[in-house]
Amino acid sequence: MSEIGRRLLLAGVAAAPFTGWTRIADAATPKDAVVFAKQIDDIVSLDPGECYELSGVEICSNIYDRLLRYEAEDLNKLVGGVAESWTVSPDGKTFTFKIRPNLKFQSGTPVTAEDAEFSLQRVVLMDKTAAFLLTQFGWSKANVKDLVKGSGDTLTLKITEDFAPSLVLNLMTSIVASVVEKKAALANEKGGDLGNGWLKTQSASSGAYRLVSWKANESVTLEAFPGFRLGGPPLKRVIIRHVPEPASQRLLLEKADIDIARDLTPDQIKPLAGNPNIKVQSFKAANTFYMGLNTGYEPLGNVKVRQAMKMLVDYEGMVKSFLAGRFVVQQSFLPVGFFGAIPYAPFKLDVASAKALLAEAGYKDGFAVKMAAPNSSPWTEISQSVQQTMGQAGIKVSIEPMELKAVIGQYRARAHQIAMLSWGPDYFDPHTNADTFVHNADNSDAPKSKPIAWRNKWFIPELTKEMLAAAKELDTAKRAQQYEAMQKKVTDEGPYIFMFQNNSQVARRDAVTGFNPGITEDLNFYRTIRKS
Amino acid sequence: MSVSATEEAAATVTGGGGGENRAWRLAKRAARTLVSVALTFLGLTCVTFFIGRVIPIDPVLAIVGDKASAETYARVKAEIGLDQPLPVQYWRYLTKVVHGDFGNSVVTSRPVLEDMLQVFPATLELALLALLIGVVAGVPMGVVAATHRGRWQDQVIRFVSLLGYSIPVFWLGLVGLLLFYAKLGWVGGPGRIDVAFDDIVAPVTGMLTIDSLLAGEYEVFWNAVSHLMLPASILGYLSLAYVARMTRSFMLGQLKQEYVLAALAKGLSPWRVVWVHALGNVWAPLVTVIALTFGSLLEGAVLTETVFAWPGLGLYMKNSLFNADLNAVLGGTMVVGVVYIGLNMISDLIYPMVDPRARDE
Repeated sequence: MSEIGRRLLLAGVAAAPFTGWTRIADAATPKDAVVFAKQIDDIVSLDPGECYELSGVEICSNIYDRLLRYEAEDLNKLVGGVAESWTVSPDGKTFTFKIRPNLKFQSGTPVTAEDAEFSLQRVVLMDKTAAFLLTQFGWSKANVKDLVKGSGDTLTLKITEDFAPSLVLNLMTSIVASVVEKKAALANEKGGDLGNGWLKTQSASSGAYRLVSWKANESVTLEAFPGFRLGGPPLKRVIIRHVPEPASQRLLLEKADIDIARDLTPDQIKPLAGNPNIKVQSFKAANTFYMGLNTGYEPLGNVKVRQAMKMLVDYEGMVKSFLAGRFVVQQSFLPVGFFGAIPYAPFKLDVASAKALLAEAGYKDGFAVKMAAPNSSPWTEISQSVQQTMGQAGIKVSIEPMELKAVIGQYRARAHQIAMLSWGPDYFDPHTNADTFVHNADNSDAPKSKPIAWRNKWFIPELTKEMLAAAKELDTAKRAQQYEAMQKKVTDEGPYIFMFQNNSQVARRDAVTGFNPGITEDLNFYRTIRKS
Repeated sequence: MSVSATEEAAATVTGGGGGENRAWRLAKRAARTLVSVALTFLGLTCVTFFIGRVIPIDPVLAIVGDKASAETYARVKAEIGLDQPLPVQYWRYLTKVVHGDFGNSVVTSRPVLEDMLQVFPATLELALLALLIGVVAGVPMGVVAATHRGRWQDQVIRFVSLLGYSIPVFWLGLVGLLLFYAKLGWVGGPGRIDVAFDDIVAPVTGMLTIDSLLAGEYEVFWNAVSHLMLPASILGYLSLAYVARMTRSFMLGQLKQEYVLAALAKGLSPWRVVWVHALGNVWAPLVTVIALTFGSLLEGAVLTETVFAWPGLGLYMKNSLFNADLNAVLGGTMVVGVVYIGLNMISDLIYPMVDPRARDE
């Protein structure tokens, strides 16, 4: 081969990989599908008896119908899901549900009370993470088959613990009350797992969608169920793509390769304001962002020190600057939007008053304290702001940035001094948060459970009794008052610096409407999404 | 590179020695290689296992979540054997691995081996194209830089290589996306394929470009290529930078040799002297450089895979690590280990083909 020939060949080979660049990729999303970009690497299972991660709960909520629901049409009204109606016995211990007639699973099999019975029982029998939601009724592996009974169109639940009926009914709207098709689950049972292994990646449901595929760290695809009791969803498919990087989510949205971006950061959202094809909306979410103060650490055991520290956080400054749009100030353990929640925010940055309180407590010159915080945004920024403002009163905060799971590990071991974290409610009732922030009647090192009050060594047997009484209160108005008093006390004296409640910000293509996330993942409905 | 493997490779290529003696030598070398590979694996599992146990993330929490009751926590801890002493845990793990069972991943709920078969081809596809770009462009650039030492060509190539070394790949990826995907529309965006083409081709090799060609789905092929181009080019640029720098320095060493002068004096064209004789002698060390580059590409480029939402080994390992998914981390590390050992052996085999001296040893 001549030299020129060789050179040409060499150049050709070198250029070959770049020929792909000449292909123009401009595929928009399909007309009958909605495509989300979202971080979904938290999903570990899509079996509603096991799934307990935020992304998974949202998806399962769209796949499985539940016994009762708060529907998209009115997020504040408790209505029947699989159950058409329900009654509560006068002693508040027996709950009877009538299953809707003519309801069918996606397989065509009728939905019966036996399916509902099986679904609730398997949560307790499998004893996965979410089982505690039901075992708190007094249900256990030994007795659940006697206490949860379904036959024909009637499901009867008996609880042995005292609980407000509204709390029990609210729990019947949570993920553990998802109704699974018994026949399908048992047909795919392996080693007595009640179909758990199979249902991780398959669905047997009567909800608005069917699970087509879950490719871990890649995508989830759902297909509309035309026979859904509220009518088939207008869009045939929902595709949720795992896009971990917010900047990549933004580019995909701008190019119309996705319809809705779920995890944009403020610096990604700002430039989108000028794009006429993209709309950004904020919806109130229910996560509480707070600092836990370990009262076992000498200065933090002093209530005056804690109050001083609550005055050394620039709540307003943060939500007006780097947290703009993402957070609102909320200083109580209940997120606004929950039954009994009050917009109680008595603390603001006040260095002079804080110094006076510290002097009263015997810490005139402040003290040194370590703070464990997750090593990602917005934690990093919040912890730096807190470090700076606390420093103004002589409190020397040294930030220990680490992986979120490492913070939680330290927190559960009560090895922290300050831990900065967030908490999301498990179901739509105030008891879910009260039961963790205001529950510690056993301060020993090996308690039955490790609620947040225990983690901060806040020993409150009396307050715990009040909290449990509120959970059992049958009079709704009285129950709300009890939570109100409790919130004030916990905010004023407790070992928590409650700072913010978050918003979920959704950026969508103009043509895609109807996705209005609710306060918890259970209330993020895909069936209302439309595309023009 | 392991000496024993080189020797073995050399022995298989050369004839030499007589019947029994040769067979005995070969067997001895093969045994030595096997022992060295086995020891490497043992060390790998040991280090990864114990590092996995001392990181301050609780693997039980990764499974049961923060809100689980004490009973559930204790039950799961016992189920996954974490209540046993460390040596017992390690022994159990080793026994399973020997039987090909890497356990289940916490994050994906599937056997780790299955996960590996899914994520590794995605990385392999990316790495192969990146390596092709890196070698095909990097080697000639290195040669040109060496032959034009100190002149503008050398300066430009040095600048380009230096840039490849020093620009953070994360930034390069985002800027690349902004320019070639968002502004110019020349390439596909993050992800391996457009949603519209998802699930059309059944996986055979797991590499979408090859699978789509096998299935005759050319539209899918071009779509996959459009998604592959940018991340592969960026990774290719990084490896190009390294390959070009190394080629330049190897070539400089060769061009000083007397045989180059002799060849030129004999009237051979400078082109032939450089591209055939000098470059021919550089291939041997370059093979090692290329193998190592390939190894690091296959290890998974976490940042590139994150920016491009590329479901490969790097992203998988990162997620597993952050979720204390020890089985997945250990499984992934083993795969990377196998890749490195495999590449070492392959480069040992190639060595004598490109360097006659290795054949004579």
